Amino acid sequence: MFRPLFALLRRDLTLALRRPQDALTVVGFFVVVVALFPLGIGPDPEFLRSLAPGVLWVAALLAVMLSLERLFSDDYRDGTLEQLLLVPEPMGLLVLTKIFAHWLITGLPLVLISPLLALQLNLRPDEIATLMLALLIGTPILSLIGAIGAALTLGLRGGGVLIALLILPLYAPPLILGAGAVDAVMHGSSAQAHLSLLGAMMVFALFATPWATAAAVRIMLD
Amino acid sequence: MADREFRAVDLAAERGERLLFEDLQFTLSPGQLLQISGRNGCGKTSLLRILSGLSRPTAGEVYWGDEPIRSVDGGTGSCLGYLGHQNALKEDMTAEENILIAGRLGGGRPERETVLAMLESLGLAGYEDLPVRFLSQGQKRRVALARLLLQPRALLILDEPYAALDVQVIQVLRGAIEAHLARRGMIVITTHQAVDIDGDCRNLHLG
Repeated sequence: MFRPLFALLRRDLTLALRRPQDALTVVGFFVVVVALFPLGIGPDPEFLRSLAPGVLWVAALLAVMLSLERLFSDDYRDGTLEQLLLVPEPMGLLVLTKIFAHWLITGLPLVLISPLLALQLNLRPDEIATLMLALLIGTPILSLIGAIGAALTLGLRGGGVLIALLILPLYAPPLILGAGAVDAVMHGSSAQAHLSLLGAMMVFALFATPWATAAAVRIMLD
Repeated sequence: MADREFRAVDLAAERGERLLFEDLQFTLSPGQLLQISGRNGCGKTSLLRILSGLSRPTAGEVYWGDEPIRSVDGGTGSCLGYLGHQNALKEDMTAEENILIAGRLGGGRPERETVLAMLESLGLAGYEDLPVRFLSQGQKRRVALARLLLQPRALLILDEPYAALDVQVIQVLRGAIEAHLARRGMIVITTHQAVDIDGDCRNLHLG
C-alpha cells in the first residue's frame, strides 16, 4: 500500500530537484518581502520587533500561496493527473502525498530560513524558537488548505489570482494563531495555547482537506 | 485475467447543451476488441473517458462484471489501463524513469530489464536515458504505449493509439494488441486508421 505513495513522493521530489528554480523562487520571494519592510517603515529596532511576527507570517503565507498554482497544474497539463486518478490507491492518500511533497519543497525551506529573517527584524532567541515551531506546525496547514484552492482552479485562466481570493480568507486562523504565539512570548506569557490550537488545526486539516481536494480534482477532470 | 464482462448500459453523454449519443450499449467479453469509429466531434473521446470512469455519463452506467466501474474494489485503475490524447509523461524524466514510476504507482514491481526490452521492441533502444522532452512526438507516444503495455490490466482503453506512429511501430503495436486478446484481455480502441487485427473484433459506429 505504501510503495505507490512512496513512488509518488520520490517522483515529485526528483522533479523538484531537476527544476530547483521553482522552489528557490518561493524562498526568494519570502526573503525579499520581509527585507522590504525595514526599508518601508524605517530602521527603529523596537518598532520592527513589534511588527516582526505579523510580517513574517504574512510573507510566509503569501510565499506558499505563490507556489500553490504549481501543485497540480503541471500534472494536469501533461495528463499525469488523469493517470493518477486511475492508480488503484485512494485518491485522498495520493493527494496527501503530493501535498507532503509540496510542503517539503516549499514550506520546510521557509521554516529553515525564518531565523535569519527574524534576526534581521530584531527578534530574541526564545522568540525565534517559537516562530520556527509555529511555522513548522503552521506551514503544513497552509499547504493542506491551499491544495483545495489549487484543485478547484485547475485549468481555469487566471487561476493564480482566483486561488488567492478563495484561500487567503481561510488562512486567517493560522495567521492569527501563528503570529499570536510569537506575540505571546514577546509579552512574557506562554505560547502554549496558541501552539496547541495551531496543532489541533493541523490535525483537522490533515484528515479533512485531502478528501475535499481529491473530490475537487475529480470534478475538475470530469 | 479476470473473466469478467465489460458492459455499457443505456449510456448517454452531452457536451455543452448538445447530445453526443444516447441509449448506447455493448457487452465486451474476455478476448474481444471493440473498435469505435465516427467522424470528428461525435463523442469518441467522451465515450472512452466515461468507459474508463474518468467522466460521469449523463445517463446509464458502465459495469465491470456486476459492479459499476466507478466503485470497483481497489479502484477503477485496478482493472483497466487508459491512454488518452495526452501521453502523461514527465518531460524532465527519462523514458525509463517514467515507466518505472508508473509501474510502481500501479502497485507493481517493474524490472529494469523488462522496461528496456519493451522500449527496444518499440524501437526506442538508445533513447531510454534521455529526458522525454528531447524526444519527438512519435517517440513520446511510443513511451506512453510501452508504459501502458507493461501494466497488467484486463482491459485496455486506447484513444487514437496509432496517431504519430510510423509503420513498423504500428505493426509492433498490432502484435501487442493481438497478444493481449489471446491472453483473454479486452481492448476498446478508437482510430481513424484501418489496421487489421486478428481476433474477435467488433465495431461501434457513433453519430
